[in-house]
Amino acid sequence: MRASLVKLMAAAGFGWAILASGGAEAAETGDAELPEMHWSFESVFGTYDRGAQQRGFLVYKNVCASCHGLRLVAYRNLMDIGIGEEEVKAIAAEYLVTDGPDENGEMFERPATPADRFVSPFPNENAARASNNGAFPPDLSLIAKARLGGADYLHGLLVGYEEPPAGVTVREGLYYNKYFPGHQIAMPPPLFEGAVEYPDGTPATVEQMSEDVTQFLAWASEPNLEQRHRMGVKVMLFLIVLTALAYAVKRRVWADIH
Amino acid sequence: MAQPHFKNPIVRWIDYRLPVFSFMHHELHEYPTPKNLNYWWNFGSLAGIVLVVMIVTGIVLAMHYTAHVDYAFDSVERIMRDVNYGWLIRYIHVNGASMFFILVFIHIFRGLYYGSYKAPREILWILGVVILLLMMATSFMGYVLPWGQMSFWGATVITNLFSAVPLIGDDIVLWLWGGFSVDNPTLNRFYSLHYLLPFVIVGVVVLHILALHRFGSNNPIGIDAKGPQDSIPFHPYYTVKDYFGLGVFLLIFAGFVFFDPNFFGEPDNYIEANPLVTPAHIVPEWYFLPFYAILRAVPDIWFIDAKLAGVIAMFGSIILLFFVPWLDRSPVRSARFRPIYKQFFWVLLLDCIVLGWVGKNSPDAVFHGIPFLWIGRVATAYYFLHFLVILPLIGIFERPKPLPMSISEPVLKGGGQVSTGAHAKPMEKA
Repeated sequence: MRASLVKLMAAAGFGWAILASGGAEAAETGDAELPEMHWSFESVFGTYDRGAQQRGFLVYKNVCASCHGLRLVAYRNLMDIGIGEEEVKAIAAEYLVTDGPDENGEMFERPATPADRFVSPFPNENAARASNNGAFPPDLSLIAKARLGGADYLHGLLVGYEEPPAGVTVREGLYYNKYFPGHQIAMPPPLFEGAVEYPDGTPATVEQMSEDVTQFLAWASEPNLEQRHRMGVKVMLFLIVLTALAYAVKRRVWADIH
Repeated sequence: MAQPHFKNPIVRWIDYRLPVFSFMHHELHEYPTPKNLNYWWNFGSLAGIVLVVMIVTGIVLAMHYTAHVDYAFDSVERIMRDVNYGWLIRYIHVNGASMFFILVFIHIFRGLYYGSYKAPREILWILGVVILLLMMATSFMGYVLPWGQMSFWGATVITNLFSAVPLIGDDIVLWLWGGFSVDNPTLNRFYSLHYLLPFVIVGVVVLHILALHRFGSNNPIGIDAKGPQDSIPFHPYYTVKDYFGLGVFLLIFAGFVFFDPNFFGEPDNYIEANPLVTPAHIVPEWYFLPFYAILRAVPDIWFIDAKLAGVIAMFGSIILLFFVPWLDRSPVRSARFRPIYKQFFWVLLLDCIVLGWVGKNSPDAVFHGIPFLWIGRVATAYYFLHFLVILPLIGIFERPKPLPMSISEPVLKGGGQVSTGAHAKPMEKA
């Protein structure tokens, strides 16, 4: 019995290894391997970095939001990353949403409130393509979960712009990015030194802004991660005790059989 | 069976009119179970528990989900973001599907190893294969509901398989879709069936348990209980053993739900379905990968084109399982006493893992100079070879090891009190 268990585990381990290697191959759609990052939210007890999230929101708002929407996130959600209620109201009020119809049956525009979802920069896909040289900037609400490599990939993409290697011609209107599948991306390098001014005085290097906005977007994709981790730790502790007790009871009940 | 006497007068009153308490007593306290079941026998009850978890979480999700192509994706995200503990319920449901398949695959291989499908348990085994088929249909349709890119394209690829049916294939596909492509009618009917089929599974599970309780569990030695010294009541012995096993399983399950909930998922399914953009690689959920590999492995055979042949092979690989009780001619159940079968069992398991690995990769990809297409072909051929040729031949040519006289005999070898007639000569088995 023991032997067969060991064999099965060995077989499963082997299977796991080859499946994992298959996955790794698929992840490297480009030739370059993504830089390995250690995100604060990755571990079992992991949480988002509040400072980085708030700085990342600034990067999103001042840089990304001119082309990319965040339609599944509401302005009120910003309070979860430590932005005060008054400030959230002020941020929301910068955007206009269409509401109505009013008592005359007319649609009207009003400033957004914290209850509204982020207003997308373009009314529809065609408008977005028309303004972006035919390319469609994807909504970023789920981007950290919708790309192979997740947060590592987002960060890699933002810092992965470089001169094309010799012999590679980049098509008109595209840019060379070593981490983008196929390497030719329609998004111009979005970040440059000092693109935003951080109120906390953090120097706005490309690397810094990229890490910050990645923290923000990872949160936008998975806003319940911290609650999930906290609950998970409790659930695991409970289950460990329960299982240990169950094992003790099992041993006791079976004592007269063995 | 002796009629149990209940102390509580209300219980007695009810039981006289509706004998549910007698039934429970019979199934738990009197139902004799072999005393030597190992932990591989935990997986059936675990699968049953996961089925209940899936139904409960599924019903709650259905309260918040909108089955319409314009709203399905957003309604799932609303569950994840705004519904109280919606993320927890959805992640339990999503990972529960993977857990269900892991448990059931182990349960099936347990049956294959210990010969649990042999007489008189053939119908029990067949009902199990029916459950597997129903599970596959249910999970496939459930995967379509979030209306992500993989939902849409997976549904398109799989429903298109039916177009391989000669003459009426295209009409079948139109009928399945309820239109000219996978669209709102398809999503609605998949939702309806995804809600229905789990209850059909419950029904077949009841029959599965009914058939099980007719002759009781098989056991690691594979010989029948010779008397009361070989068996113990299900409760408390196996209830407590199952309880401990459940704790271990829940630890693993919770580990995925809380710390890596998207481990089994495809990133593409967090992109809303778009009929105009085909993903670079359309991959099914991991539990379909071996079948997907078989589907893609088969070439044109004589007048049957590759698509139809692939579909036949894929469905055939499961239909084949119905006949396993008759393909295996050996009178000995447990692989412990079947030295040759035991080797081939592990080869089959490895073959299935290889098929899964091939299914994950694109057929034109290359592994150390060997195209995946050919690895898939060899593995597919071996799968059928195992069941159709190797299994029947082993039954004829293998010389099994001597079987013990009774279940108690090897159990008591390790110490403990000796009960009656435990030490007899092993029976020579031809």
